[in-house]
Amino acid sequence: MAGTDPIHQFVIQDIFSLFTVGGDGTEGSGLHFAFTNSALFMVATVAIISLYLVLSTGSKSVVPGRAQLLSELVYEFVANMVRSAAGTAGMKFFPLVFSLFTFIFVANMLGMVPYFFTVTSHIIVTFALSMLVFLTVVIYGFAKNGPKFLKLFVPSGVPGYILPIVAPIEFISFMSRPISLSVRLFGNILAGHITLKVFTGFIVTMSSLGFLGILGSALPLIMAIALTGLEFLVGAVQAYVFAVLTCMYLNDAIHPSH
Amino acid sequence: MVTQANAQEAAAPADTTHAAPAADATHADPTADTHATTEAHGGDHASGVFPPFDPSTFPSQLLWLAITFGALYLVMSKIALPRIGGILENRKAIIDTDLAAADASRQKTDAAIAAYEAALAAAKAKAQGIANETRESIQADLAAKRSAVEADLTAKVTAAEARILATKTEALTHVDEIATETAQTVVSQLVGDVSADSVRAAVAKAKE
Repeated sequence: MAGTDPIHQFVIQDIFSLFTVGGDGTEGSGLHFAFTNSALFMVATVAIISLYLVLSTGSKSVVPGRAQLLSELVYEFVANMVRSAAGTAGMKFFPLVFSLFTFIFVANMLGMVPYFFTVTSHIIVTFALSMLVFLTVVIYGFAKNGPKFLKLFVPSGVPGYILPIVAPIEFISFMSRPISLSVRLFGNILAGHITLKVFTGFIVTMSSLGFLGILGSALPLIMAIALTGLEFLVGAVQAYVFAVLTCMYLNDAIHPSH
Repeated sequence: MVTQANAQEAAAPADTTHAAPAADATHADPTADTHATTEAHGGDHASGVFPPFDPSTFPSQLLWLAITFGALYLVMSKIALPRIGGILENRKAIIDTDLAAADASRQKTDAAIAAYEAALAAAKAKAQGIANETRESIQADLAAKRSAVEADLTAKVTAAEARILATKTEALTHVDEIATETAQTVVSQLVGDVSADSVRAAVAKAKE
């Protein structure tokens, strides 16, 4: 009954192996690199975004068609997000935020298709993306502001005698950002997909119990339908939340003294 | 999470043969666990460890995330976003120039209307001036002619009056002569000849 196993959907399978770095040559040692189902859906995600945006804007019409209008709407949506959260100076990170938003959004939406793999349901992917944001903030923050970047941990207007308490709290909250950012996305997508799979699994299990079971399976079916809608919402909202928080963190790097 | 996954493995009858050694391995040795996972890739079964926390898949995921996300970032920053930004800017520029042109046209229209009204006012003023001038010249002409005619008439009246006076005076001078002649004739008829001088004297005496 692998079909009703809620964990099975997260299994990563090699489509073909590439190479192994290090190790002693035996199976399982060293770093094993392969083209996996996860990689396939990363490629699909990027291909969908790139092809759609490039093809829909090919005609460069002054009066946009439907496809071009959607590209423009996404562009302006993210551009307004960056501008309002990080100011005009933040627009140099617009391609990064745009790539993050579209990548997470399309990966989440692809994940809603039955039998498709959800790239963002793996902590290593979301953690890598949040570390990318975190390192961008830290490196750009120090490169632009130098030691003044540390003012981030000293909120203005706080009396000096509270600072020994406030500054460590600010520092810890800053350092926990990549964890909270990655776990939020990972947890939402993982929990949503498990819940969905559990409820649809109930339908199969109950249906095999005879007539009353088939009647009773209407309840998990209704739940599964409602959860499907909810998961689309969660997938979109989490992409938005990730992008907005990225903008706010970048704003810290651009304007560290609040 | 790991034990939960294992429990589910164990619950599924088809998986028991594979899951049992995997579950043992998990408790015995973490590296042996990844070994079991890579073996499980070949089959259709979930591995003993919860898949999102399976470190053996991390290198592949990170590699492909770096490749795909890097490619996405490059395509976005070099091709897609500049193109969309260009489209939006181009549209904004076109709309701005169109609005500016419309504004310029409206200003031209306003100027034309103002010029027309100014010309109309000037023409009206000129027409009124011409009318006034004509009326005044006609009146002046009329007055001059009337005064000339009046002067002419006055002169004629004066001349006529002078002629009448002269005629009257002349007539009055003839009265004495007529009276003398009449008296001489009457006297000559009555008493014979009388000298003209004596008659004249008598007439003059009678006149007094």
